[in-house]
Amino acid sequence: MKKQTTLFDLFFTFFRIGAFTIGGGYAMVPLIQKEVIEHRQWLDTEEFTTLLAIAEMTPGPIAVNTATFVGYWTSGVRGAVAATLGVVLPSFFIILSIAIFLPWITRYPVAERIFYGVRPAVVALIGYAIYNLGRKVLTNSFAVWVALGVFLVQLLLKIPPIPALLLAAGAGILYSRPLEHKRKPED
Amino acid sequence: MKLLVDLFFTFFKIGAFTFGGGYAMLPLIQDAVIYKHGWLTQQEFLEVIAIAEMTPGPIAVNTATFVGYRTAGLLGSTFATLGVVLPSFLIILVIARFFGGLTDLPWAKGFFTGVKPAVIGLIGFALWRLGSAALIDYRSILIFLGALFMLIKWRLHPIPVIFLSALCGLLLA
Repeated sequence: MKKQTTLFDLFFTFFRIGAFTIGGGYAMVPLIQKEVIEHRQWLDTEEFTTLLAIAEMTPGPIAVNTATFVGYWTSGVRGAVAATLGVVLPSFFIILSIAIFLPWITRYPVAERIFYGVRPAVVALIGYAIYNLGRKVLTNSFAVWVALGVFLVQLLLKIPPIPALLLAAGAGILYSRPLEHKRKPED
Repeated sequence: MKLLVDLFFTFFKIGAFTFGGGYAMLPLIQDAVIYKHGWLTQQEFLEVIAIAEMTPGPIAVNTATFVGYRTAGLLGSTFATLGVVLPSFLIILVIARFFGGLTDLPWAKGFFTGVKPAVIGLIGFALWRLGSAALIDYRSILIFLGALFMLIKWRLHPIPVIFLSALCGLLLA
């Protein structure tokens, strides 16, 4: 469902999405849904679902993936540039101002006490992300072994993350190959 | 100039290999920014994640902007942010031309059968290393356990959890 749209529209719609999705990741999916499907009708629900699957399968932040896609879909390469700039600029400016003022704030001893409490909380946030991902992904023994293996090769053999990721991808391709002939019931 | 090129390519690589978004990119940023280049310490990295969590926008973009500014000012933040965004921009541009085709490739399915659990192993190792920098005494371990409890049991949003933990830091430290 394509609708006439201007670069200006694209830029500001994604600027709004970029400015109001705190936390990143899937936090911005509902807002994109509202703006892109209901309000602007640049995509329908089915196209959006496929787009989410693609965003999950391609590298990079989901917000950026969606902006580039919708921008290109509605107005070609120039649309992709306008939408992507729109979604990135709000956080760019906000973080820039924080980075400028942070050294000024951390001169006060009270800032160190605040960060003393914040740091363990961030470790908990990462632990929580693993907990959530794990419940979704670690559903068979292959997945558990890959997760454990990737952890251990980094700890014991000092293999950096990208080679570890590629090794796991290779293992996944080898593991999935025989299953294609069997056809699982849900396919 | 060399620093700007370094920033661009470091974040380009991070942008090109973070599948799934969100916390999936933390291990790669940690490896490159802390261990390879020494642009941030573990402590500073944890602070940047907290800031990224409390401000709008993707965490990868937030971190790139912050690290870029910290190491090379305004130009640095521009180069790092461009670097982290460009890979997904170019890939999506190619896919948008052939919409739908990627989802039925058989090798792609196998690729993600391996990559999805691998991301958990990567984040697990990042957690292991960051934990040793943040959980330094019984008070910080107490704050960690409290935050985890609020997230899992009370299903509290990350932002109030960060605020409550900051308050605990003020009272305990």
